[in-house]
Amino acid sequence: MSDKEPLFSKKNLKLLSDPLNSSNPITVQVLGICSALAVTAHLKPAVVMSISVMIVTGFSNVIISLLRNTIPNRIRIIVQLVVIAALVILVDQLLKAFVYDVSKQLSVFVGLIITNCIIMGRLEAFALGNKPWPAFLDGIGNGAGYGAILVIVGFFRELFGAGSIWGFHVIPQSWYIANGGFYSNNGMMILPPMALVTVGVIIWVQRSRNRKLIED
Amino acid sequence: MDKNSNVYTFIYASVMVILVAAILSLAALNLKPFQNRNIEIEKKQNILASVNVQTTALNAEKVYAEKVIKSFVVNTKGETVDGDAFTVDLKEEHEQPADKQLLPVFECKLDNGIKFIVPMRGTGLWGPIWGYVSFDSDMNTIYGASFDHQGETPGLGAEIATKAFQAQFKGKQIYDAQGKFVSITVAKSNETAPENHKVDAISGGTITSKGLQKMLKVDLGKYNAFFKKQKNLEGNE
Repeated sequence: MSDKEPLFSKKNLKLLSDPLNSSNPITVQVLGICSALAVTAHLKPAVVMSISVMIVTGFSNVIISLLRNTIPNRIRIIVQLVVIAALVILVDQLLKAFVYDVSKQLSVFVGLIITNCIIMGRLEAFALGNKPWPAFLDGIGNGAGYGAILVIVGFFRELFGAGSIWGFHVIPQSWYIANGGFYSNNGMMILPPMALVTVGVIIWVQRSRNRKLIED
Repeated sequence: MDKNSNVYTFIYASVMVILVAAILSLAALNLKPFQNRNIEIEKKQNILASVNVQTTALNAEKVYAEKVIKSFVVNTKGETVDGDAFTVDLKEEHEQPADKQLLPVFECKLDNGIKFIVPMRGTGLWGPIWGYVSFDSDMNTIYGASFDHQGETPGLGAEIATKAFQAQFKGKQIYDAQGKFVSITVAKSNETAPENHKVDAISGGTITSKGLQKMLKVDLGKYNAFFKKQKNLEGNE
């Protein structure tokens, strides 16, 4: 029995750390691109979205892992969907009742979490075949891996697109052309296509540093 | 039991669906009072924000009770009619023919005079947008504005809910020198409009910006008669 395995064994820690690098859900598994493009125009929604996705991946992994021996194979996708949707709606209702301002900030994203391919991808690939604790770590790890990319993309898009970070202006006003300077915000950056280009650049940097990821 | 049999699958699916439905409806029922209260408080905060009074969720009700001294409902002819201004649902009103619509007005007493606040509702890109605009007692100059939305794109259309966007409205006028109703143009950089009737649109949020412009024009237009009447009243005093 592997019950004696420590909670944070090397194998379990790898579940947490791998998604941050060599099996990152966005840059390597190429999952969850759609929401990564939609929510990264500014840093703040990117961070809030990352945290929400981490919570949902973690807990849906645990629930599916607990149910894994009872789920009929033919309807497993539907079961996964119901679990995710129920969890997201529950979180949304709780946010609306107790932290209304946070819920306002998240607005449509809470609903978008349901459609995030990472969650279902991890349920299908990991939670169905593993015990709850490793499944939980895998969920949190993948949520964090997703979040890390979102935050990087959000940082650059907000910096170049709006000249601010976390809503605070960082480009000096005197640089702007309107004030006689040489600088102007790049309007392209706040549109989704530039998010894709930014993700592309991140993938490029990651692969040039980690040769193992390059396919033939 | 065979996990792949039809019977097992049916029972599993039914039990799961009923269980999840029960949990969710229970949660929705029990959380509803909290959510409604939040919405009410937020409405008060939005009304106060349109006269540039910033509140937190905790003190909004107290400040609202102090500052908003009167609220009433008018019709498109500018006559006062029965109704509770705070509970008027603009979504329902907009479905009525124009002359039957109830138009709420909130009267707010600040240190620098009485301000009149009118609510409005329109459509953005993804869903409804709404807001409150307050006027000086000349019923022409905008004193402040607050806008909100259900699901506009963050960073783009959702910027209508930011202070930077809303601050542009202060001092703008909705009637031209001849007393004609011109509303406010939410202008892209290639559009021209007299400076005192225009604010800058949001880059990347054109449809939301134009929805806002339409909302201002349509909903402020309904108050035309009331504004004129109120203005004459002020002039006589």
